[in-house]
Amino acid sequence: MIHVLAFYLFATVVIASGAMTIFSRNPVHSVLWLILAFFNAAGLMILLGAEFIAMLLVIVYVGAVAVLFMFVVMMLDIDFAELRAGFVNYLPFGLAIAVILLAEIVLGVGIWSAGPVELAQRAAPATADVSNIQAIGALLYTRYIFLFEAAGLVLLVAMVGAIVLTHRARGGVRGQNIDKQNRRRPQDAVRNVNQPVGQGVEL
Amino acid sequence: MIDSASLLMVAPELVLTVGALVLLMVAAYAGDRMAKVVSWMSIATLVAAGLTLLGLPGHGGDAFEGLYRADAFAAYAKVLIYAAAAASIVVAPRFFAPTAANASGALRAEYPILILLACIGMGMMVSAGDMMTLYVGLELNSLAAYVLASFMRQDTRSAEAGLKYFVLGALASGILLYGISLLYGFSGSTSFDGIAVAMGDKLSNGLLFGMVFVLAGLAFKISAVPFHMWTPDVYEGAPTPVTTFFASAPKVAAMGLTVRVAIEALGPGGMAWQQIVIFVALASILFGGVAAIGQTNIKRLLAYSSINNVGFALIGLAAGTPAGVAATMSYMTIYVVMTIGSFFCIIQMRDRDGNPIETIASLAGLSQSRKGLAAALAIFMFSLAGIPPLFGFWAKFLVFDAAVGAGLLGLAAFGIAASVIGAFYYLKIIKTMYFDEPAAEYATGTPIIENTVIALCAAVIVFGYLLNPVLDSASAAAAAALF
Repeated sequence: MIHVLAFYLFATVVIASGAMTIFSRNPVHSVLWLILAFFNAAGLMILLGAEFIAMLLVIVYVGAVAVLFMFVVMMLDIDFAELRAGFVNYLPFGLAIAVILLAEIVLGVGIWSAGPVELAQRAAPATADVSNIQAIGALLYTRYIFLFEAAGLVLLVAMVGAIVLTHRARGGVRGQNIDKQNRRRPQDAVRNVNQPVGQGVEL
Repeated sequence: MIDSASLLMVAPELVLTVGALVLLMVAAYAGDRMAKVVSWMSIATLVAAGLTLLGLPGHGGDAFEGLYRADAFAAYAKVLIYAAAAASIVVAPRFFAPTAANASGALRAEYPILILLACIGMGMMVSAGDMMTLYVGLELNSLAAYVLASFMRQDTRSAEAGLKYFVLGALASGILLYGISLLYGFSGSTSFDGIAVAMGDKLSNGLLFGMVFVLAGLAFKISAVPFHMWTPDVYEGAPTPVTTFFASAPKVAAMGLTVRVAIEALGPGGMAWQQIVIFVALASILFGGVAAIGQTNIKRLLAYSSINNVGFALIGLAAGTPAGVAATMSYMTIYVVMTIGSFFCIIQMRDRDGNPIETIASLAGLSQSRKGLAAALAIFMFSLAGIPPLFGFWAKFLVFDAAVGAGLLGLAAFGIAASVIGAFYYLKIIKTMYFDEPAAEYATGTPIIENTVIALCAAVIVFGYLLNPVLDSASAAAAAALF
């Protein structure tokens, strides 16, 4: 019963917030709706017993989107005074969202302790005694090692590409030459001078 | 599990990976001074990777529990890909060399390395036995391609090309992934064999939708109509050596991938994809032909020409028979030779100061100032137009023959009729070169290597029929590996 309730709640909010992501005129609102959609998708994953993917959704997507959000805020010309002006007007709406999120967290914990739903058809049934993260780890580094390494190459290409497109050698930069520093001896750098009184120092 | 047999079968990818990583270190420490050395070492790496195909990677079967297939089809496509990639490395140094207008220009060492990394991705694409290998390979290739498109970052057109390619490519990847997830959801497997079993069982609506999305994503990668819109802009904006690369190697890889997915994964679905492929082929031929007529930029024109040619190659796939697949692969081979030849000619188009020119009008009178170059370009254009006795005619003949063999008479008849439209703009270039009032002459002095490649391509186009026994048996063996 709790599963059905949770499914409809999460699914409805995912679709509604997905639609709002598109329809919001304010880009900041769009991003916030997107975060809500990701949270609820994570709830659906918990419903299926895929707790690792749920955590990934929250950490990677919500985290990444938070960074995206910062970019949006930085790059767009948004008048924050105007945004703050409507605080009292938006308070009931914000509270409603907060209540929904709270209800979802309670439901999420509830379905997690009630166990995952049993799907009629499952290509790869989850074994009860192995946690998600163990199962993924056991496959990722054995059966899918080829793809894992290839994904590493994709990241390498991304890194090389970012450097190729943005790096430029700047003149006048005094780089550190560690080898030269280490080879320098006290006698090269320090000089003892018996300085006569009353005369200037010759450097 | 990692077993030594699997590792032996991915030898081409291993050789390329090790080569790319070592050369990356050379480039990082020695800088762009070593760019030429890195280029030649990259070509040596490609040759080495190609030589491994003679062993187990050419006929080994499944590796990594079906994720990767080392068969004759993959080997055939890889030979083409490596050759095209090597050609686009050869052509680069002179293009990026310092000119009067751009004194700081120089070949950067990352160019050949990015092409090597793209080749690993393309090798994975044509060897894919699983949707995940397909996707990772495709992304590896695409990501390198986005960077290559905007390689001349000071040039706004190049930056624009890279950005456009990236945004539209990401959209296409999304469409493809959506299709893959539908196929996975409704078949319970990401492997081509597993999907084939599910499709042979019962073609549900979910599988059908997945198939449509996957084909749409792949059509973007081969730039077939209606997913072609990025092609002219990207081909025009990207530096010419990069355009040479885009028009050859990734096209072969994406076409090989499309053929493999259509035959191996979606094949048992009662050829449900056939009408999609027929539509895409017809639309590409027609649109690629008509839209090219008004072009004044030769790179844009060749972009439309590539759309047009992909349409013809897809006719072979639409037949869905071993003969059809063999015809498609032969078509891509001949297309790559013609394209590389044409682009090597285009790179010679430079004004007195060494700046590249891209207008078709500037070709006027080329037959008087540069007889050899004009003759070579004329041969490539005649061949692209499919005029016998050049080799381009044989390519078209093979696909039409396969279509007729599979009972697609209407498709073949339409293709033949529509190839006349293409002939118009190819002949227009020849007319400009031979009959128009001479325009300003190009800079003289061409290096031996580029002329050798042009001469080699022209020789293949003219005397290609001598290669027919080899080409026929190789493409037939490649096609047989899929059925």
